[in-house]
Amino acid sequence: MAAVTLTLNNELISAREGQTLLEVIRDHGVDLPTLCHLDGLSERGACRLCMVEVEGTSRLLAACVTPVQEGMNIRTDSDRLLRYRKMLVELLLAERSHVCSVCTMNGKCELQALAVRLGIDHVRYEALHPALPVDASHGRFVLDHNRCILCGRCLRACDEVEGAHTLDVMGRGVRSRIIVDFNQPWGSSFTCTGCGKCVQVCPTGAMVARENIAGRVEKRPDFLLRILDGRQKRVWRW
Amino acid sequence: MPGVKDQKIRLATVWLSGCSGCHMSFLDMDEHLLELQKLVHLVFSPLADHKCFPEGVDVVLVEGAVANTEHLALAQTLRRRSRVVVALGDCAVTGNVPALRNRLDSEGLLQAVYADGERLPGLDPRREVPQLLSSVLPLHRVIPVDVFLPGCPPAPRSIQAAVGALIQGESFVLPESMRRFG
Amino acid sequence: MNRVELQAMAETERNRQKAFQCRFLCCVGTPCLSAGGGVVQEALKQAIAVQGLDATVEVVGAGCMGPCSRGPLVRVLPAGGEEAIYEHMTPEKAGALVEAFAGPGCSSFPEESRISSDSPFFGKQVKIVLSGSGRVDPDRLESCVAEGAYTALAHALREMTPEEVCQEVVRSGLRGRGGAGYPTGVKWNLMRKAQGERKIVVANGDEGDPGAYMDRTLMESDPHRVLEGMALAAYAVGADQGYVYVRGEYPLAAQRIQRAIQAAERQGLLGNRILESRFNFRVDVRMGAGAFVCGEETALMASIMGRRGQPVPRPPYPAQRGLWGLPTLINNVETFGNIAPIIQHGGEWYAGYGTEKSRGTKVFALAGKVSWTGLIEVPLGITLREIVFDIGGGIPGGRSFKAAQTGGPSGGCIPAAHLDTPMDYESLQELGSIMGSGGLIVMDDRSCMPDVAKFFMEFCMDESCGKCAPCRGGTVQMVRLLQRITDGGAAPEDLEQLKELCLLLKETSLCGLGQTAPNPVLSTLRHFREEYDAHIREGRCPAGVCDLSGNSME
Repeated sequence: MAAVTLTLNNELISAREGQTLLEVIRDHGVDLPTLCHLDGLSERGACRLCMVEVEGTSRLLAACVTPVQEGMNIRTDSDRLLRYRKMLVELLLAERSHVCSVCTMNGKCELQALAVRLGIDHVRYEALHPALPVDASHGRFVLDHNRCILCGRCLRACDEVEGAHTLDVMGRGVRSRIIVDFNQPWGSSFTCTGCGKCVQVCPTGAMVARENIAGRVEKRPDFLLRILDGRQKRVWRW
Repeated sequence: MPGVKDQKIRLATVWLSGCSGCHMSFLDMDEHLLELQKLVHLVFSPLADHKCFPEGVDVVLVEGAVANTEHLALAQTLRRRSRVVVALGDCAVTGNVPALRNRLDSEGLLQAVYADGERLPGLDPRREVPQLLSSVLPLHRVIPVDVFLPGCPPAPRSIQAAVGALIQGESFVLPESMRRFG
Repeated sequence: MNRVELQAMAETERNRQKAFQCRFLCCVGTPCLSAGGGVVQEALKQAIAVQGLDATVEVVGAGCMGPCSRGPLVRVLPAGGEEAIYEHMTPEKAGALVEAFAGPGCSSFPEESRISSDSPFFGKQVKIVLSGSGRVDPDRLESCVAEGAYTALAHALREMTPEEVCQEVVRSGLRGRGGAGYPTGVKWNLMRKAQGERKIVVANGDEGDPGAYMDRTLMESDPHRVLEGMALAAYAVGADQGYVYVRGEYPLAAQRIQRAIQAAERQGLLGNRILESRFNFRVDVRMGAGAFVCGEETALMASIMGRRGQPVPRPPYPAQRGLWGLPTLINNVETFGNIAPIIQHGGEWYAGYGTEKSRGTKVFALAGKVSWTGLIEVPLGITLREIVFDIGGGIPGGRSFKAAQTGGPSGGCIPAAHLDTPMDYESLQELGSIMGSGGLIVMDDRSCMPDVAKFFMEFCMDESCGKCAPCRGGTVQMVRLLQRITDGGAAPEDLEQLKELCLLLKETSLCGLGQTAPNPVLSTLRHFREEYDAHIREGRCPAGVCDLSGNSME
């Protein structure tokens, strides 16, 4: 594949044609936070945390869905970008009831870790506290809408990797919600194979396996790549 | 001692809607409390017996969320009378566990606890306890807050670092290694 | 049907119409029907039957005539006489109207309900898109053909190459009428060159801005105009399949388009071997399910394909990979409404209207505090003052003009100081508003601008699809902040936070809905900052709309 050269935070670098900006940025060890992106899943472009500045365009571009181009001049760390990232995470924290102290994922949550990394020590926005249920009808898994950030990793893992498409979204705007089949209790789903991929890829405490509760077993979002490498490339990594 | 001018900092701690865990964490500074004691007067605190929030406070640590009219009034008073207000712990910073009731109707809660409950017969919550606010709020939604110490509870060393800096008159922002919610 | 037969159909219909001593055209657009137009039409038919005038008088349905708030409207076309529109018609007045124009005596109809064709409402209008609206019967193909429908298509198929059609559209300077104003000819040329096994043309009729109904009117009043425009586009770009995406709340428009498709297909004006050429083009109707965001082209395509109507990041653009991976051309319904006249009269003729960068005419839905509300078509570059005071007849009740909102929830307001701004894409953008799809809401001095901003922000909050974080969470927080401002509980920092959120949404949202959602706030802040300050710092609503006694904390 042809190589392209570009500038990343004032440093001249090279990349392969066809890569996304996010891949290139991460290949070069630059820390660019994401929540909806997960290696192995299609890009959703929804969390908007990976927005970067590209010289020559007044718009910010989401790195995960922008193909790399020869001669691009990219900035990932301007004051504006840092401010926006912080605001985006604060909006997510205000949207549902993210009460870390009583969450099963306390200390192992990507949202919590990201808030800390971005320097958030309080949320400036009004907490919405929607009255959302917890679906504990499944024998092994729990779906707690109060912790969900609607990143869509679970539904993509279910659709693209497991092939079941049990999960989807209903409602719109701030009332959007992950649903199982036709909005029925998870335990009554007949399309769910019980594979647990959704749980493994969930960045927060919205989807947990009963063994995750109290932190006994950790989630392994990276296992998707193991499956996909084996399936597509016949490469087995143990 | 009133009237006597000394170099000691006037420190206060306040307990709003919370579990007192943040105060416990404060006490967990152990021997550092002895050093602190040399530098500060504790002028108001649930750990001491004061009835009114005094004037001229240098630093106040506020634990707990704002849940009722008494909390609201106290928050407004302490803001007026203090130089530096610290939101101590997740309840003061985010609302945390007390704010879990925000999805419920506060009238229904009063009904469930005071009228339907078996242990408090005949107590009229409208007259005998402070009125609940319609929702539990973090401190900074009610008054301007200068320093945030999230954590449930914040670690003793975080509290120590913050208080240490603030009583020296320095500004303080929690370093990343000490920052955490929950 | 071939070209000659098309001309014959037109001739026959024109002769049939000429034979009548008088024709009554009853508006069958949604505004007039909801005001009772259907009963009026029935009453007129009955009156004719009673007076035994069936042979000499005709009563037919016709599309929108313009001054919608004065409906039901009836246009009277007396043979040899002067045509006029009669407003506020009732079944009771039907007999008298028939009597006055077709009766044996010389009774007359009350003058005060007559809108003559030289009324100031029509004076500055130029009808290109709407030339057939209010004149043709949308449910009769013959009536549309008599007014020239499919003539341009017949001409293009016989005399023009697809490149030439694209060039003619380029020459016209036509820009997308959906709001963004992308040059239509450029888009078509890109699409023409796109590689694909098949190509698809989509008419975007998911008009969702509050108060806007240009596309609905065109679909209801002159559906063949839209279909002909689509067929010309399909010929120009090499497509063989079309979809008209009609907003779910527009059942009548969908029905008229559907009937028009069937009628055109029966006559070989759509479908296979159109007008006996080798050009095939099938059109299907797809209905929305009530989501504003489906007006965004990627969400619209998802909806057509039966998926959840949510935008996806671009690129790829629809012209590269659209419906089912095929190159797809998406234009607004009104854009398609301009095509047949451009082909018929030439791009240069069209470019003669409007301004240097904004050619042609634009349909606006004039609403709010003006004496004459309704649907108007004006040359671009006309000033807002001419629209509000000449066409709209000014502000009723002796009140004063405060601002006009263009572009709906994605647009902004134009204050009185800028009444003489020409209505074109660039000038509106400079003022912090947009052309938008054509909603134009006039506000008088009783409107509170923070309250107006809150209204539009609530709309965006309700319509946010929920996919991207800034739009989903940000719109709610902005509504909360505006709520605090309008109920008196806001602090000066709240305004700073509001402004910061405006920028966040504008710069980080995934699609146009979120990117433009802050516009009403930004533009009211720009032109009416003092009203925000009065609410926040003085606890006072200058327009007297907001009750500021509410304390948001309790």
